[in-house]
Amino acid sequence: MINRKSLELWVGLFVAAGILALAMLAFKVGNLTSADVMDGYKVTARFDNVGGLKVKAAVTMAGVRIGRVSAIAFDNKKYQALVTMDIDGRYQNIPKDSSASILTSGLLGDQYVGIEPGGDEASLQNGDSFLRTQSALVLEKLVGQVIFNKAGESAPAK
Amino acid sequence: MNTLRVLGGIVINSVERVGRAAMFLYEVLLGSWELLRRFYLVVQQVYAVGVLTLLIILVSGLFVGMVLGLQGYNTLVKFGSANSLGLLVALSLVRELGPVVTALLFAGRAGSALTAEIGLMKATEQLAGMEMMAVNPVTRVIAPRFLGGVIAMPLLTALFSAIGVMGGHLVGVGLLGVDAGAFWSQMQNGVDFHDDIMNGVIKSVVFGVVVTWISVFEGYDAVPTSEGVASATNRTVVYSSLAVLGLDFILTALTLGEV
Repeated sequence: MINRKSLELWVGLFVAAGILALAMLAFKVGNLTSADVMDGYKVTARFDNVGGLKVKAAVTMAGVRIGRVSAIAFDNKKYQALVTMDIDGRYQNIPKDSSASILTSGLLGDQYVGIEPGGDEASLQNGDSFLRTQSALVLEKLVGQVIFNKAGESAPAK
Repeated sequence: MNTLRVLGGIVINSVERVGRAAMFLYEVLLGSWELLRRFYLVVQQVYAVGVLTLLIILVSGLFVGMVLGLQGYNTLVKFGSANSLGLLVALSLVRELGPVVTALLFAGRAGSALTAEIGLMKATEQLAGMEMMAVNPVTRVIAPRFLGGVIAMPLLTALFSAIGVMGGHLVGVGLLGVDAGAFWSQMQNGVDFHDDIMNGVIKSVVFGVVVTWISVFEGYDAVPTSEGVASATNRTVVYSSLAVLGLDFILTALTLGEV
């Protein structure tokens, strides 16, 4: 049996290494550092179609993440999707007439909300909503449109 | 008729054993409270089951990560998404392989040693001797080993997963030429702290309790002969492995919530 001091040293090393490994998993492997929006405010937007947008999806402006989607609900009166977003409190002056659109990162990537700034002096406050929105692109509709147009082009030529 | 009787005997025996194991766990937990005053006993056991298991955990973690890197790369490259290799390696390790493989190795390396040690103490009547001296063997011998195992398992799992990710990085980035930035950024985007990492930690704590419980119980309940200790050690490894794999499915189903 080894003596008490070196035993304690080994156990101390072991515990410290274990906690360090957990911390590495949390910060380096996981996304604990960028997970939360700091004292954010809520804005909403109505979309005709949210496509594959999910809760926790990113809200970006100029490609930089400024918040995340906190809820997606269906508005029974207007037959639209109501998307609630948490925007980071550091980004207060988003123009009131900005537009929100649902975009896709890459060909098969996740969908996210992209915000295009408008020119209004007033900025969005907590609880405001985007007036101009652009829905998600649905691939089937797009393909359908292309085929329809092609058919329309070639028909009169005969 | 006779086979029916044998079947009944087996059922009654195993139910009795489960009951004894539950009572035993209760006693051990009661004994654990008193250990707070003599924590050095637990530290000793953390050394025996934790530090001495470290080598096999680190080496296996490294190689499991490296194999994941190789296998994952060969599959992902067919779909042109080799950049997701980091995500694949990290998720498989943190959610699944880390807790399960660590628990299996722990059962083989530390659990069997615990059973053999306690069983031999029983066979050589050391436990009975303690009782003669009015020392409660559950508090003095079993509870420190139980607590040591429960403390060591989550730490070992974290180390396994961490070094596995390193192994995956070594093969993926170093050997196969995946972009290091994409490796880490895809990983950080895809791995969620609460859903994935805490899920793995919860698994490792549950496995720690179950494997150590089975090990100390089998030792304490062993038939006090050399054959009895041998078969108790055997049972520890078999039951622990089965329990870990079965519980893993249940825990995964509960946390994913999609079954």
